[in-house]
Amino acid sequence: MSDAWIKVCAADALAIEDVMRFDHGERTLIVCRTADGSYHVADGICTHEKVHLADGCVLGNAIECAKHNGRFDLRTGDAVRRPCRVPIARYDVKIEGGEVYARLG
Amino acid sequence: MANALSLPRNYALDGPENRRAVERGLANATWYTSPIPRARMRQLMQRKDGPAIRDTVIWFALLAVSGALGGLAWGTWWAVPAFAVYGVLYASVSDSRWHECGHGTAFKTSWMNEVIYHLASFMAVRAPTPWRWSHARHHSDTIIVGRDPEIAVPRPPRIARLLANFTHLVSAPKDLANMLRHSVGRLHPAERDFIPEGEERAIFWTSRAHLAIYAAFVFWAIAARSVLPLMYVGLPTLYGSWLMVVFGLTQHAGLAEDVLDHRLNCRTVSLNPVLRWLYWNMNYHVEHHMFPMAPYHALPALHEVLKADMPPPYRGLWEAYREIIPTIWRQSKDPTYFVRRPLPAPPPNNSLDAARA
Repeated sequence: MSDAWIKVCAADALAIEDVMRFDHGERTLIVCRTADGSYHVADGICTHEKVHLADGCVLGNAIECAKHNGRFDLRTGDAVRRPCRVPIARYDVKIEGGEVYARLG
Repeated sequence: MANALSLPRNYALDGPENRRAVERGLANATWYTSPIPRARMRQLMQRKDGPAIRDTVIWFALLAVSGALGGLAWGTWWAVPAFAVYGVLYASVSDSRWHECGHGTAFKTSWMNEVIYHLASFMAVRAPTPWRWSHARHHSDTIIVGRDPEIAVPRPPRIARLLANFTHLVSAPKDLANMLRHSVGRLHPAERDFIPEGEERAIFWTSRAHLAIYAAFVFWAIAARSVLPLMYVGLPTLYGSWLMVVFGLTQHAGLAEDVLDHRLNCRTVSLNPVLRWLYWNMNYHVEHHMFPMAPYHALPALHEVLKADMPPPYRGLWEAYREIIPTIWRQSKDPTYFVRRPLPAPPPNNSLDAARA
């Protein structure tokens, strides 16, 4: 665990309603850009079953899992569509110098 | 030996094959996906309200017209074709609407998916919550014995039951029994395997609501001394489900069990535009299973993108059934037999990476 900010990707690597996977140590995460242009970083594996959320799609403010179409609100991490019921962890994000940074502590 | 296969296999979710599938790494496993550029996939995943609103308005209009004609012609032979159309629209078309709205992909607007999901569940005589979870499991563990609750043709196939089910004579009593069981606050033990805790209240109250509607139509028919009210609600499951079965059997019947590649256990069948409208493009079944987040209206385009990495599609229902019928017949004598789908040679690794970028 660390409070350090880590560089994730260039801000312009993500289009509106886009998602990308990144790995940090043993962890798989996602960086997303929602419909309002804001960036979000969250755990990358669906809490329902073992599926990479990066294979899904961003719809408005939610990330939809590619396997069962469950959804998480990226602003809160809450599961907002079944079969997902357990929230995903989300992390602080900042944009500096055209880069996306996340604090994964 | 814990992993030894015994024949015939036990398809029950609360039977020994469930644990065996878990032990073999077949449950909740990682499946093959064809390479597709991320930007193209994003385009194909885009949700729209327009196509599903258009199709739903047409569906309701056709139901209203055929139902009205059936009612006006009641007592004459003209009622037969009118109700034949009404029954298919009610009991078969509702299946495809139930399916797409259950995935949440038909409409962009969530409440529209939910409204049509619940309406279509009632029309298709399905308990909405158990079937939602059952279908999630079907996508996790497609045709994995002991895990998938939606294997339509277990081996060896029981041919009389299969034929009877074209009129839902087998599944309708089971559906009714399930509804009654849920209405008195009980789940089947197998349902416990895929329905998480906390869903019981919704299941029990929905089944009571469905039963109350059916009871109202039965009382109406008795009071009117006519079967006509039941021709609209209730009986369509018997006289109108046949097309759903015709479509449904093409999805997986006779194909491989316990594989982790949808190209080996699903069929894509080319259909004409009318049949594709009735079925909401579920004839692109390999594509649907590989990428369930692609809405039905995007599946023809997805098929074009993926076809080089797919087995050849069947050229119509005729070609599909020319394979399915002899396969089922053979499986009734030899349950180990199944159709092996030809797979294209995998592209080189560097081109796979490029395709996924």
